[in-house]
Amino acid sequence: MTIIKVPVKGLSSKEYERSLKVTWQPELQYAWDNGIAIGKYLEALKDGKILGSRCEKCHRIMLPARSFCELCWRPVDEYLPVKDTGIVNTFSICHVNWDASRLKPREPRHLPAVIEIEGASAGMGIMHLLGNVKPKDIYIGMKVKAKWKPRKDREGTITDILYFEPVRK
Amino acid sequence: MNERVAIIGIGSTGFSPVSPDLSFKELTYSAAVKAYDEAGLHPKEIDSFITGSEDFMEGYSIFDEYIPDQMGAVLRPAHTVCADFIQAMGVGCMMINTGEFRTIAVEAHSKASNVKTLDEVKAFGLDPVYLRTLKENAEFLAGLEMRRFLEETGNSVEQCASVVVKNRKNALINPEAGHGAVLTEFDVLSSHPVSTPLKHLDAAAPSDGAIVIVLAAEEVARSLCDNPVWIKGFSWCSAEGNFWSRDLSFAKYASLAAKKAYAMAGISQPSKEIDFAEVCDEYSYKELQHLEALGLARRGESGYLTETGATSLEGEMPVNTSGGSIGVGHTFEASGGMKVNEAVQQLRGLAGKRQIKGATTGLVQSWRGVPTGTGSVAILSNES
Ligand SMILES: [Zn+2]
Repeated sequence: MTIIKVPVKGLSSKEYERSLKVTWQPELQYAWDNGIAIGKYLEALKDGKILGSRCEKCHRIMLPARSFCELCWRPVDEYLPVKDTGIVNTFSICHVNWDASRLKPREPRHLPAVIEIEGASAGMGIMHLLGNVKPKDIYIGMKVKAKWKPRKDREGTITDILYFEPVRK
Repeated sequence: MNERVAIIGIGSTGFSPVSPDLSFKELTYSAAVKAYDEAGLHPKEIDSFITGSEDFMEGYSIFDEYIPDQMGAVLRPAHTVCADFIQAMGVGCMMINTGEFRTIAVEAHSKASNVKTLDEVKAFGLDPVYLRTLKENAEFLAGLEMRRFLEETGNSVEQCASVVVKNRKNALINPEAGHGAVLTEFDVLSSHPVSTPLKHLDAAAPSDGAIVIVLAAEEVARSLCDNPVWIKGFSWCSAEGNFWSRDLSFAKYASLAAKKAYAMAGISQPSKEIDFAEVCDEYSYKELQHLEALGLARRGESGYLTETGATSLEGEMPVNTSGGSIGVGHTFEASGGMKVNEAVQQLRGLAGKRQIKGATTGLVQSWRGVPTGTGSVAILSNES
């Protein structure tokens, strides 16, 4: 039996990618229609208001505003602004970025929270960020208020609210 | 099927190139309200919910999570089928046949106008090693298939153009269609070549819209509905993954799916027993190729039948009375739904100016577009 010796040479990472894998980078772009309810909700944010919708059958005031009640299966009866204050339902202190890279020790932590907005039905939370607060001072049940962007900078997105901050007595 | 299944309610939004007034949820909701109302059911009385969808077309992964609200399916059994509406409808029939479900809602929608890089999504469906690397627009596959099909069957580009003329004309009298027009074969043949022999007007244009149906087991259907449309048979089939090793002249997937569906429905002479057909015409030549595969035209004769009017509204075998995808608009996974909708209207005698007199049995067929070799067939009838 003849043994053929295969010369062994390490591959650079570029050579490795090219010789052992096929790569593709998709360029996917979407522009979703807001439609009635999301459109109204975002428009109201521009105006400094958080918009809910009310269903006369289950008496819920729902957030964010929607055009139909998904439980009663009927169109909503009214769109109405609720307050821009609420209480923290749950929160987390996030030590990683969107892409899962770690925040540097001195970088401020991200503070996502579910906030139950005053004036909406119990349990109706919206998702946002907390700010102007030390992570160790946050607690469930903490009362918070929206910190809005200056009117001229608002664009009709949920980031027209910069963050929710504690209501200090 | 042990248990007969019928469509007892249907809702359609109609189809248009854009739909900026409604979100995708609101679009589906408006179709679902009509379907449930027709069925006389509150969604709480529907046992399970299915959406036919493809995540890349939605721009959401795990799209299942985004279907309950607009279907009335919050905290209820719901799932997506990553396939065309007709496949989702088949899954619904099978669920009813388990005996565990009496009613099922099936939905599909298209918000193609919201996909800004539609050609990238299509390219993403191509094999990354053997096709994408060539960096050709995905329509080149349609051009290749069209040429081979015409070469082997003797059908002509002029006959393909007459498919376009017929379907866009039918769409003029379909209030739900977005692309009705009076065209001539010359208009089609002189439109911009996309990937020869395929011309711009040979391809259906992307469109938005939603369809919802309610399926019911026989006993429920009879008690709730005066004009149920029975699903007598259905099947689907997928070809090998490599586009280039398929028989491009013949849509084997459609032929095999049809064979099974015909057997289930007890049909032995399709062109005699079927009164009209809604077949996939995403490209003009596909209508011809599908007619031959479904046994509704002999090989090489589909073009002649079209040219001589046999597949027109007044013909012996009307095909795509709705206007097809070419006349209504191409709605991706909702395409089969659009065709089911037309068949239901025909079988209920509600197709208005497009009505085929005395129609009792219709065929609906879908294909999932390039590069797929996947197609479904269903036989619908107003006689149980
Ligand atoms: Zn309600």
